[in-house]
Amino acid sequence: MRRSLLFLPGNNPNMLINGNCLGSDAIIFDLEDAVAPNEKDAARILVRNTMKYMDLRGCERIVRINSTDTPYWKEDLDTVVPCQPDVILLPKTGSATDVLLVDGYLRALEEKWGMAENTVALMPLIETAMGVENAFAIATAAERVCALFLGAEDLTADLQCKRTKEGKEIFYARTRLVMAARAAGIAVYDTPFTDVNDDEGIWEDAAFAKALGFSGKAAISPRHVEAINSQFSPAQSDIDYAYEVLDAIALAKEQGKGAISLRGKMIDAPIVTRAQQTIAMAKALGLGREEEA
Amino acid sequence: MEIKKSATAGTMESSDVYVEIEPGAGTVEITLESVVKQQFGEAICAAALDVLAQQQITSAKVHIVDRGALECVLRARVETAAKRGGEEV
Repeated sequence: MRRSLLFLPGNNPNMLINGNCLGSDAIIFDLEDAVAPNEKDAARILVRNTMKYMDLRGCERIVRINSTDTPYWKEDLDTVVPCQPDVILLPKTGSATDVLLVDGYLRALEEKWGMAENTVALMPLIETAMGVENAFAIATAAERVCALFLGAEDLTADLQCKRTKEGKEIFYARTRLVMAARAAGIAVYDTPFTDVNDDEGIWEDAAFAKALGFSGKAAISPRHVEAINSQFSPAQSDIDYAYEVLDAIALAKEQGKGAISLRGKMIDAPIVTRAQQTIAMAKALGLGREEEA
Repeated sequence: MEIKKSATAGTMESSDVYVEIEPGAGTVEITLESVVKQQFGEAICAAALDVLAQQQITSAKVHIVDRGALECVLRARVETAAKRGGEEV
């Protein structure tokens, strides 16, 4: 389950050691934008040690390495992969070629360290116009690609427009990435809400991302985690309805009926699929039916 | 590895540790400033010595200013300082 993904600066011990207490489903150890060039070496060793020695149970461990157009990315992977992070977040992914470059390097490291192939998943961070245009090719470039991730700050710089709270300038990119990811059968994550002092705005932004079809949303502040988790968790009414749908389908099967309606609406395949997804999420959150616990 | 020049790593921020390393006179000497020196001084120095041993460093002067760092942070900063000041032999 990956509703919220919290960025933590990779060279900040105070943030790193408390990472799994901040409520997010995933932690992103950031070796890229949060770390000055002269501290890249320090950050990768600190992140490695945090993963190696800290019990971060309950939190997925993602490492944002430096992009492949920098001199740092290989050493980032050399240092962190032996600790088996769950996911590598690859910034500035512009094409399938970028994915394949890192995929190949990861495969070699997995073999070197005796890990099964594709043990470490890859999440391309789409933050350029080229990346948006190539979204589906990126999403399907390698088996280890588990999700797409939208980065709006760099994207709007590439688009030569202003980044706004309203987000009209990234609407196309958002829906394009959702479409590409879903067509590829993988998850997709929305860009962080960058006003850390706007406690209401994050709820609206997270709700909008959910409505567009995102699987979850990134955060740059622990203050945003609650809103994201809440918006990406099914409401109790949704869970109840989902069980009603599946109960109705089961009853229809027993009665040999081919079609059934519930609350005046015909239940067709997409409704059943959504109900199954809702129940799966509910169970993961411990909100399933008591008898299923 | 041999320490060839002075180097530092870490910061004076809470939960971090500041490490200074320079070439030694044939042995590893560690000096420590820490508010918990009495309780944990021995363990801090032992961890630092272990990291230096893993890097095969036999001569160095190390000054550690502890700001409440966990062992994994201390180990990371000592390793970073050693690599910044060292050269493979």
